[in-house]
Amino acid sequence: MTHIGAIMLEIIDLHVEAGGREILKGVSLKINEGETCVLFGPNGSGKSTLLAAIMGYRHCKVTSGKIMFKGQDITEMGVDERARLGIGMMMQRPPNVSGVKLGDLVKATAKGDASVLDKAESFKMDNFLGRDVNVGFSGGEIKRSELLQLTAQKPDFVLLDEPESGVDLESIDLIGRKVHDLLYTKDGNKACDGSRCARHVSALVITHTGQILDYIGADKAYILQNGVIRCSGRPTDLLKDIRERGYKECISCRMVNIEE
Amino acid sequence: MQNGEHRGVKEALDRAGAYGPDVDLSQFNVGESDLEQIEDLQKVDADTKDLMVNVGVVSDENGRDGSIVFINNSMSHCSNKTEDGVELLSTRDAVAKYDWLKDYFWKAVDPEKDKFTAKTYIEESDGYFIRVKKGYHAKNPVQTCMLIKNKNTMQNLHNIIIIEEGASLEIITGCTTDRHANNALHIGVSEIYVKEGGSLAFSMIHNWGEDTTVRPRTGCILEKDAKYVNNYVILNPVGTLQSNPVTYLNGEGASCTYNTICLAPKGSNIDSGGVVFLNAPNTNAEIMSRSITNGGNMIARGKLSGNAEKVKAHLECRSIVLEDGGLTLAIPELESTVADVEMTHEAAVGKIDQDQIEYLMSRGLTEDEAVSMIVRGFLVGGIKGLPPHLMKEIDEAVEKANLGN
Ligand SMILES: Nc1ncnc2c1ncn2[C@@H]1O[C@H](COP(=O)(O)OP(=O)(O)OP(=O)(O)O)[C@@H](O)[C@H]1O
Ligand SMILES: [Mg+2]
Repeated sequence: MTHIGAIMLEIIDLHVEAGGREILKGVSLKINEGETCVLFGPNGSGKSTLLAAIMGYRHCKVTSGKIMFKGQDITEMGVDERARLGIGMMMQRPPNVSGVKLGDLVKATAKGDASVLDKAESFKMDNFLGRDVNVGFSGGEIKRSELLQLTAQKPDFVLLDEPESGVDLESIDLIGRKVHDLLYTKDGNKACDGSRCARHVSALVITHTGQILDYIGADKAYILQNGVIRCSGRPTDLLKDIRERGYKECISCRMVNIEE
Repeated sequence: MQNGEHRGVKEALDRAGAYGPDVDLSQFNVGESDLEQIEDLQKVDADTKDLMVNVGVVSDENGRDGSIVFINNSMSHCSNKTEDGVELLSTRDAVAKYDWLKDYFWKAVDPEKDKFTAKTYIEESDGYFIRVKKGYHAKNPVQTCMLIKNKNTMQNLHNIIIIEEGASLEIITGCTTDRHANNALHIGVSEIYVKEGGSLAFSMIHNWGEDTTVRPRTGCILEKDAKYVNNYVILNPVGTLQSNPVTYLNGEGASCTYNTICLAPKGSNIDSGGVVFLNAPNTNAEIMSRSITNGGNMIARGKLSGNAEKVKAHLECRSIVLEDGGLTLAIPELESTVADVEMTHEAAVGKIDQDQIEYLMSRGLTEDEAVSMIVRGFLVGGIKGLPPHLMKEIDEAVEKANLGN
């Protein structure tokens, strides 16, 4: 198992409103340094909303509860401050930014370090650097673009919203490896070679299929249903339950608590 | 010339411009036309050098085939590295030298149009004359600088540009006022002729004072297969600017593009338009206007007039409004007198999408940085072929404008 350090992220009884409706109705969870957590849950259960609230998007209004990151209360903090504290996010549906070239955004994200652009090729994004951010990108291209940006950003904690959805079977390998590198690489140096690695970057990953877990492994999983966390447990166990019995039955499953 | 004899022009002295607030010309002193010559642009004082650099005019003249500087109404500098292909003169000298120039003199702009053209006509104002000889392709741009040095001064110039058959040129014009030149007026009458197969790219950068009045009057006549690109950039506050250049595509296959990029901060009053008459078959025109208002008044006009078969033209006015107050007005017009034309327009006024700002902020950019990046993208993103020096000016101005919060 990976080395587990201090608490990275702690969410305490979080209530979030979006579009005038309460979406999250008291979510609590904890992610330690170096830990990867998975978030399962049916469509519309509030998973993306939770990630957006952690990132600090204004359309997700925190009505009560707290978000603690690296020991600081960040509930009221702006998106950019959170990013500079070390949070990064791969959005499920990032907006088009017409007129802004992907290359310029990647470079600005790397604080002006143009050498990061050399990495684009390994993401198969070298031909996209001159294109407007996300405009006309296919589903898979959006994922690769987001990962390239995150690689430039070097966060300590990443929020990954369905990194493998909409990606063809061949490309999923590229995405998987890049997500792996993102979590196991620090300052451009691989933290490992081979199987025994220290994970440096913590993550909260939304996945429906669990495919991404083949590449990154995960320490624990939560199931979000209708704005509340119903279950937590080992990712493989929960995934198996969901696969075999569906969310409805699974929710009534043994509430395994691995947080001691 | 017997300018003074035209009664119609005299009457036009009282005629307000079709657009923009009226201007009382009697408030201004006509700028001197006998200022000292500047032999070497490198030797101008540091202040003037700065002013010129800010509008893209470089004093070492590197990468420029020629330079013309007007201070008030004096042609203070004229240098030319390519005399075999390009001719640079003052308009007065050119009129004295070439009898044939009368075929071009006040033929693209009507002196009776309004008080600004009339005044320039009656004053027999000087200006610059640029001619590119048949078939000659200038390698580097010619730069011209229009500087107003004193307060209450009227700069009124009459410029003539002739691109002969198959020739090509890029002109960079910087217009600016000295720090102390309060309450100045710039009138620039420009007559542009692009002959068969010729091509002209004309980029204008403006950096006026916060109380300067600016009234350019431009007419442009294109022959068969001629090309004209007009880049018009206003990024600093300006008292009142009203401009509406008119291009006549009179030869088959001629084409023209106007790209207008404006920032209108509080205190700025910009009325910037463009008119293109597509008078010959298979002519093309594109009018692209991008503006940002943060408290200023911004009117973006555009008019396409299709008068021949198989013409194709598009007009696009887009504005982002960053804060309440001020006015943003887009007035696109299409008119046609024949059936077989394809003309379209698009106008949009709105704010920057909050999701876009936050998306960039989630990468660690500050709100200011995010807004600047989006604004820059908005201003230049959809516009093809802007020269690199213009991009640089735009980047610097957007950065300086602190558009966030
Ligand atoms: N800005 C908004 N305005 C209105 N409703 C919203 C808004 N944002 C989210 N919602 C609603 O909140 C609910 C949760 O949305 P969310 O995107 O978090 O779901 P999800 O769990 O990520 O689903 P999926 O698996 O389909 O991605 C949905 O019903 C959605 O329509
Ligand atoms: Mg979602």
